[in-house]
Amino acid sequence: MQTIVFFIFAFIAVAAAINMLVQKHPIHSALSLIVVMAMLSIFYVMLYAEFLAVVQVIVYAGAIMVLFVFVIMLLNPREESHRTRQNRFLLVAGVPLGLCLMAEIVILLRRAPLGENETGRQLVGTTEAVGRVLFTDYLLPFEFISVLILIAILGAVVLTKREL
Amino acid sequence: MSEFSSFLLGTTIKCIVVIAVLIGAVAYTTWLERKVVAHLQIRWGPSRVGWHGLLQPIADVLKLLLKEDMTPGQASKFLYVLAPLIAFVPAALSITVIPFGNVAHFGSQTVRFQITDLNVGILFIFAVTSVGVYGVALGGWASNNKYSLMGGLRSSAQMISYELSLGLSVVSVLLVTGTLSLGQIVDLQGGRWFGIIPKWNIFVFPLFISFFTYFVSAIAETNRLPFDLPEAENELVAGFHTEYSSMKFGMFFLTEYINMITVSAIATTLFFGGWHGPTFGPLWLRGILPLFWFVSKIVAFLLFYIWTRGTLPRFRYDQLMAFGWKFLVPLSLANVVLTSLVVAWRA
Repeated sequence: MQTIVFFIFAFIAVAAAINMLVQKHPIHSALSLIVVMAMLSIFYVMLYAEFLAVVQVIVYAGAIMVLFVFVIMLLNPREESHRTRQNRFLLVAGVPLGLCLMAEIVILLRRAPLGENETGRQLVGTTEAVGRVLFTDYLLPFEFISVLILIAILGAVVLTKREL
Repeated sequence: MSEFSSFLLGTTIKCIVVIAVLIGAVAYTTWLERKVVAHLQIRWGPSRVGWHGLLQPIADVLKLLLKEDMTPGQASKFLYVLAPLIAFVPAALSITVIPFGNVAHFGSQTVRFQITDLNVGILFIFAVTSVGVYGVALGGWASNNKYSLMGGLRSSAQMISYELSLGLSVVSVLLVTGTLSLGQIVDLQGGRWFGIIPKWNIFVFPLFISFFTYFVSAIAETNRLPFDLPEAENELVAGFHTEYSSMKFGMFFLTEYINMITVSAIATTLFFGGWHGPTFGPLWLRGILPLFWFVSKIVAFLLFYIWTRGTLPRFRYDQLMAFGWKFLVPLSLANVVLTSLVVAWRA
């Protein structure tokens, strides 16, 4: 049952990802990306990570992509009249990099402890578990990230509003 | 019957009943709004179709269904059709996690008046409603009309801005209750202090501030007066749905009212004790009374919505943004700090 559901949504995710690349109008591409995000969130639910699933939708679909769509609407660009020139650099650098990424994913999957028991997996993704780990084991990286984000916010304010 | 199939059957029945009741409620909310606003302005309001115009919503729906469905020639067809659906589906989805009654026993059957109690319930609502922005934004863009586009842009800017204070005001409730599940939040609000004051969250010390920030941002999120800039009719004709006609317009209309009801239901659940209220009488009455209390609290909120609409003029756009970013967001942030201090002091 779960496998069937997984493959249905995986198919939709891959189809939307390809559609994002093929579409000529930026707004259609952005919408396809939103579909991919939504599918990812469904995969998180299937992995018992409800918190991650919901945050995925809130942050990516609900905030970041809204800004993307907002900017596209504001600029109102037309459809691409001609495809981006086939750059030789893309071929030389893109294919090996893509293969590298693929290899990394395969290695990570090999190393991942897949044989764990079902109940143990169910307890990893709850809000309590995520919160506890963030504020104990990973407290320092967590605080570092918040400082980094704060710097980014300040940078955005400085860049857009030169005289306050 | 196996456990899974009985679960499937039960949930399907609940979903159908809830959606049917919701759409009926929307119809009569429009009637209530027209009637109350009319009386606020010393008019009669709908009075011809049925007793006190009670059949007016049905006539309106028939009119919407029978109207010609037009699509502007220059519109982006696919998105134009998709936009009302994107707006409607999240609005209808968010009602699924709200508990509208206690567990009731009818004979041997046990019924829980909630479609599903997710352990991330409140976050689920935020996730789902944040997708609803696309409906309005895309509707405005796909119509290929300047007024619609302006409406769509305004609305997405407004909804992103006020989502921030909306989320932050809920954080303090979470700090006090310590759970994200709406079912548990309601359960925690049962009982009374000193035998008189109900243990609702609104009476817990700093939470009335978060109720204030929540409700003001909620009015802005649902695009209602005095924050209805996306459809300001004297500037933008009708805003993002200018080009929509027939049932596609009906979908946007339905969405706005469903959102009003959802927002009131969340306010009831988070701050006003959900379905808690005095119960008495035989067993079946004890099962039904929580539903009655829940609905009456929602109706009170809806009346407040209509009252504001009949009373306040519309904000200017810069005032709206300044109010959101310079007043509501700092206030709700300060409130989070204050609530954390209170919680830490009590612990």
